[in-house]
Amino acid sequence: MRVAPKEIQTFRNDFTYSNSPDAIKRFPFPFPEDDYRYSVNMEPHLPKGGEGSAYEKFLDIDEHYLSEMEERALVLKDMPHRCLAMEHMDLACWDMIERCMVSLAEDYPEHFSLTREGDQWRWQNHLLDIDDQFTFADSSSLPMPPLEYMGRQLQGDFALLDQRDGDLFLDAGIITCPADWSLAFDAGMSFTEWHGPVPMAHSEGIFERALKYLTAIPVGKPVRRLNWTLTVNARMDTSPETYHEWGHERTSVTPENVGSKVYLRVELQVLDRMPRSNALMFSIRTYLMSLEDIVTNPEWAKRMHRVMKTLPAPLIDYKGLTRYHSTVVDYLAQFDPAN
Amino acid sequence: MNIEQISVRVSAVEQVAPTIREFTLRPLSGELPPFSSGSHVVVEMPGAQKIHRNAYSLMSDPWDTSEYRIAVRLQEDSRGGSRFMHQSVAVGDRLNITPPANMFAPQWEAKKHILIAGGVGITPFLSYLPELMRRDADFELHYLYRGSQTGAYRKELAAELGARYFAYDSDAAERCELTELFQQRPLGTHFYICGPLSLIEGMTGLAAEFGIPASAIHYEEFAAPQPGKPFEIEIRHSGQVIRVGEEESMLEALEAAQINVPNLCRGGVCGQCVCSVESGEVDHRDNFLSAEEKASGRVVMPCVSRAKSERLIVDIQE
Ligand code: FES
Repeated sequence: MRVAPKEIQTFRNDFTYSNSPDAIKRFPFPFPEDDYRYSVNMEPHLPKGGEGSAYEKFLDIDEHYLSEMEERALVLKDMPHRCLAMEHMDLACWDMIERCMVSLAEDYPEHFSLTREGDQWRWQNHLLDIDDQFTFADSSSLPMPPLEYMGRQLQGDFALLDQRDGDLFLDAGIITCPADWSLAFDAGMSFTEWHGPVPMAHSEGIFERALKYLTAIPVGKPVRRLNWTLTVNARMDTSPETYHEWGHERTSVTPENVGSKVYLRVELQVLDRMPRSNALMFSIRTYLMSLEDIVTNPEWAKRMHRVMKTLPAPLIDYKGLTRYHSTVVDYLAQFDPAN
Repeated sequence: MNIEQISVRVSAVEQVAPTIREFTLRPLSGELPPFSSGSHVVVEMPGAQKIHRNAYSLMSDPWDTSEYRIAVRLQEDSRGGSRFMHQSVAVGDRLNITPPANMFAPQWEAKKHILIAGGVGITPFLSYLPELMRRDADFELHYLYRGSQTGAYRKELAAELGARYFAYDSDAAERCELTELFQQRPLGTHFYICGPLSLIEGMTGLAAEFGIPASAIHYEEFAAPQPGKPFEIEIRHSGQVIRVGEEESMLEALEAAQINVPNLCRGGVCGQCVCSVESGEVDHRDNFLSAEEKASGRVVMPCVSRAKSERLIVDIQE
């Protein structure tokens, strides 16, 4: 079963999160080549990889759905500002509701249903036991602000980028599982500003070209890319706000525990033009998999060893891997004897 | 989720000014996508000799998904597109259009919006108005036209907008004092201009003199590709040679040879169609590439630009 509403697992404290054999099979492994190169690596967001693949549907819902919704609720309870939308983004939030509800109901009819009569909508989410009626585009007709309402029912983080002056501005988002960045810090920033810290990319003109490409994405032609990093423990929320809770864990990796403690964290990022507001919806769907689970696939184990071995020093630093990078390489070496 | 093309049926045709015709397009099935104010679509017109493709602003209410409306001005030096629309398209005909794209969206955080339309340049603003009113925004519309040729919708606009509407018929020697517009603006005003190049250049020049930041000035000109000397394109990796005639654009010639280049605006503003140039001299006519990129001679926007040399060798990966 793709969406196994198995008992709720945790992404903090006792870290009970795990991947079933099916989840391992469908993991979006991010390395197409043996050595790592920074590239924009965008492609049309079209289904690929067959039935059950992470790329099959516009939004991917899987066995971790309930656990992730629980984790999101925990973050928002402590830090409500992890969801925010500037006033001029209201229509963009409704664009997002429309896009997400329509595709969820079409792609997973057994879990979600949407009935529309003009602007009178009824939305049912059987996984979370939600059954609401509201007036489309009337934010007062929902039990909470529109972005939060939808975001609490979707796996992954969502940002809505306003487009002005040939640039993109991060003016709305629900960001509870970021890989070391902060919505509060980046809110209102332009594309170039929030990519400021990425090393090696500026000099190659990658951002200038990427921005021109992104601002020209038309309605109905979403694109995607994969991004990755490593993380210690199955922690979803590695935000700067909670750094004091997870930063020190980087020193806890040993040759004995590296396989179970270090996770490859892959983000499936999708950019989709919103028709009514012209905003770009930027979704970041996060997958976590322990090295132990990765190496059950011999191809992945070999490939990952080679990528880690050749990773340039500035990137090791930027991704925060300095403390345990060599432990990871040593561990993976045993699965790649030829190299 | 992925939309390539939309098939529509022409459900109404109306002469709305001496040189302007309005077309109402309805979907063959289902509903059309909603769009944002200022969006355009590219209409594909199956002419006798070749397929014409022109971009036209959507001028209906963006929330109305039952139909789109566009207005086409008959260009005197038409390369065939606007003539086709005026002479060959009738109620009941089928056309293919692209999904909407937007290069001219309102800046919703502006304090005040001043819209300046020249002639058929009124069209994108017609899709602004319903949204400006829904949001209760502070705005003015200034409409410059020649009563003997253009000036569509002026009665309706006057009735609907009242004191927010300003009309200038140059055939009646009415002039719009741009300097006054710039002087009286409250801080945080954004200006939007759509019309002929002369109007856009006049306004942007004057705005610079008044110290109005470029980020508060927005304009859209659908530069229809201009004719020029014929030349040849050679595709580097295949060696294929394609001739570009006087009347057609480089993009159209590529398409006729079954080489598809991504494109959105077909007017040199969106940046989708960029191709790299191996050799040959480019005659740049776009508004997209920077001065340095143009000077480098390494890239070309084939939707509007041409060659000064006999042959351009380009690198197109399919
Ligand atoms: S198609 Fe837009 S610049 Fe050529």
